[in-house]
Amino acid sequence: MDLKTLTIDGVRQGLLARRFSAGELTREALRFAEQENQKYGSFLRFCPERALAAAARVDGQVARGETLGALAGVPVAVKDVIVTRGVTTTCASRLLENYVPPYDATAVLRLEQEGGVILGKTNCDEFAMGSSTENSAFHAVRNPAAPDRVPGGSSGGSAAAVAAGQAVVALGSDTGGSIRQPASFCGVVGILPTYGRVSRYGLVAFASSLDHIGPFGRTVKDAATLLGVIAGRDPADSTSAAVATPDYASQLDGKAAGFRLGVPREYFGPGLDAEVGLRLQRGLDLFRRLGCEIRDVSLPHTDYAIASYYILCTAEASSNLARYDGVRYTTRSSRGETLVDMYRHTRGEGFGAEVKRRIILGTYVLSAGYYDAYYLKAQRVRTLIARDFTDAFAQVDAILTPVSPFPAFRLGEKTADPLEMYLSDIYTITGSLAGICGVSVPCGATSTGLPVGMQILANHFEEARMLRLAHAFEAAGGFR
Amino acid sequence: MKITEKEVRYVADLANLSLTEEEVRRYCADLDEILAYAEKLNEIDTSRVEPMAQVLHQMEEGATLRADQVNPSCSSEIALASAPQSGAGQFKVPKVVER
Repeated sequence: MDLKTLTIDGVRQGLLARRFSAGELTREALRFAEQENQKYGSFLRFCPERALAAAARVDGQVARGETLGALAGVPVAVKDVIVTRGVTTTCASRLLENYVPPYDATAVLRLEQEGGVILGKTNCDEFAMGSSTENSAFHAVRNPAAPDRVPGGSSGGSAAAVAAGQAVVALGSDTGGSIRQPASFCGVVGILPTYGRVSRYGLVAFASSLDHIGPFGRTVKDAATLLGVIAGRDPADSTSAAVATPDYASQLDGKAAGFRLGVPREYFGPGLDAEVGLRLQRGLDLFRRLGCEIRDVSLPHTDYAIASYYILCTAEASSNLARYDGVRYTTRSSRGETLVDMYRHTRGEGFGAEVKRRIILGTYVLSAGYYDAYYLKAQRVRTLIARDFTDAFAQVDAILTPVSPFPAFRLGEKTADPLEMYLSDIYTITGSLAGICGVSVPCGATSTGLPVGMQILANHFEEARMLRLAHAFEAAGGFR
Repeated sequence: MKITEKEVRYVADLANLSLTEEEVRRYCADLDEILAYAEKLNEIDTSRVEPMAQVLHQMEEGATLRADQVNPSCSSEIALASAPQSGAGQFKVPKVVER
């Protein structure tokens, strides 16, 4: 079997035809993933014991002729901001270097219940704060499509693992684009589910009004299947919605005719790389050929999204990250005579530069005298951005945009200027603020072979329609 | 200048974060740039717009509440397992009050 092209269906057929056992597949997948990790650094650690135990359960089901789960025997990678019982979970931070969670995230439990085999935990920006995975406290990740370049971020390890064949599917997290942007940089499919679609229980909190767990796959169908497994109401997360989960994968029929697709003019202006723009235009043409109606729409408050987002997410982060105090589960500084001094040194020494920058900015915008001017203002602007989408979705079924203004950049190219890095999140942040769903689907490559992604955005809980469009696009060529 | 080094020190203090002098200078410059950029929000009149704190779904009242029953939770042994310092079933911390 070729691990680089293996799909969920391929694993299932192989198991049912007894071409391989789940144990054999898992051992080979672990061997290959560890070997490739020397090149790409996608994983922070592997968990072979847990993987082989999961595979043995699947092999028992095969031997007894039982019905197999939706992910039976499928090698899965999990971003290291999602907790795994008994398997160290660091959030790519020195502070959590030794943290062994006593519980599993709901998404992790659900994928294992369906027979998924977790190979290990993937690298990311520290606490998911970044757009290139260069903020990992441990090591950088190289983009399998172009190893001198970043994989995107913050879920860069999960995207790279799927692109490199180190896993068939992966879990990532998306707060402002952290699944869609690395998916586009690495040439894979990445889904931002609607806010509330997937339980965040066990996702280490960054910005609670924006955080999501979502899937990566090499095909729309694989990503859709993983979404179907992890979606649904969870009593452990009060923000998870009591909305029925459609069978996404079975609705992928390759048809897109008759859909009205909006193209927001604000997303194709200055700042968009010419090569990316060209690939997107060809993508729009493909949707036209598939029988879709392409309409011009406007999302007039787009230009205010970055400022609103970075005020809100840093404010929430400053509050969420207050829990890392050197007492309960983090490393502790050896300096500090008193409790408060110990807190300060632990946090000062343990957090990386970007995390500290965001805590300071977030604390500032929440502090007395600035709360109304920054935080409340940003929340009001968020309402306007969400309203833009409500108005647009009254006219169209889905919206097509670029994912990132440019393809994957070189390691170290954008680390000097934090604001410049923030500005690159413009096309993904708006959907995050509105709480709608989105997917990045491969849309060709630049003349130098760098993958380009197209973003398809749909209204709240309309993943089924969005994924049908993404699948039809992929099936029609998608310029892969 | 949107922010001074003194304010950065004050805010870092609120966040219980020790910073080196070099970090204070760097974050002051970074925040100055970011806050200047954030000024653009003032171009829009939001006086009649409600703030959006959370993406809310239409759910029946009480839909997120569970029955009030005791469920098992993790033991203190497990809770203490990742602590940097513990003893006698407790988290150990440096002294909190002066004698």
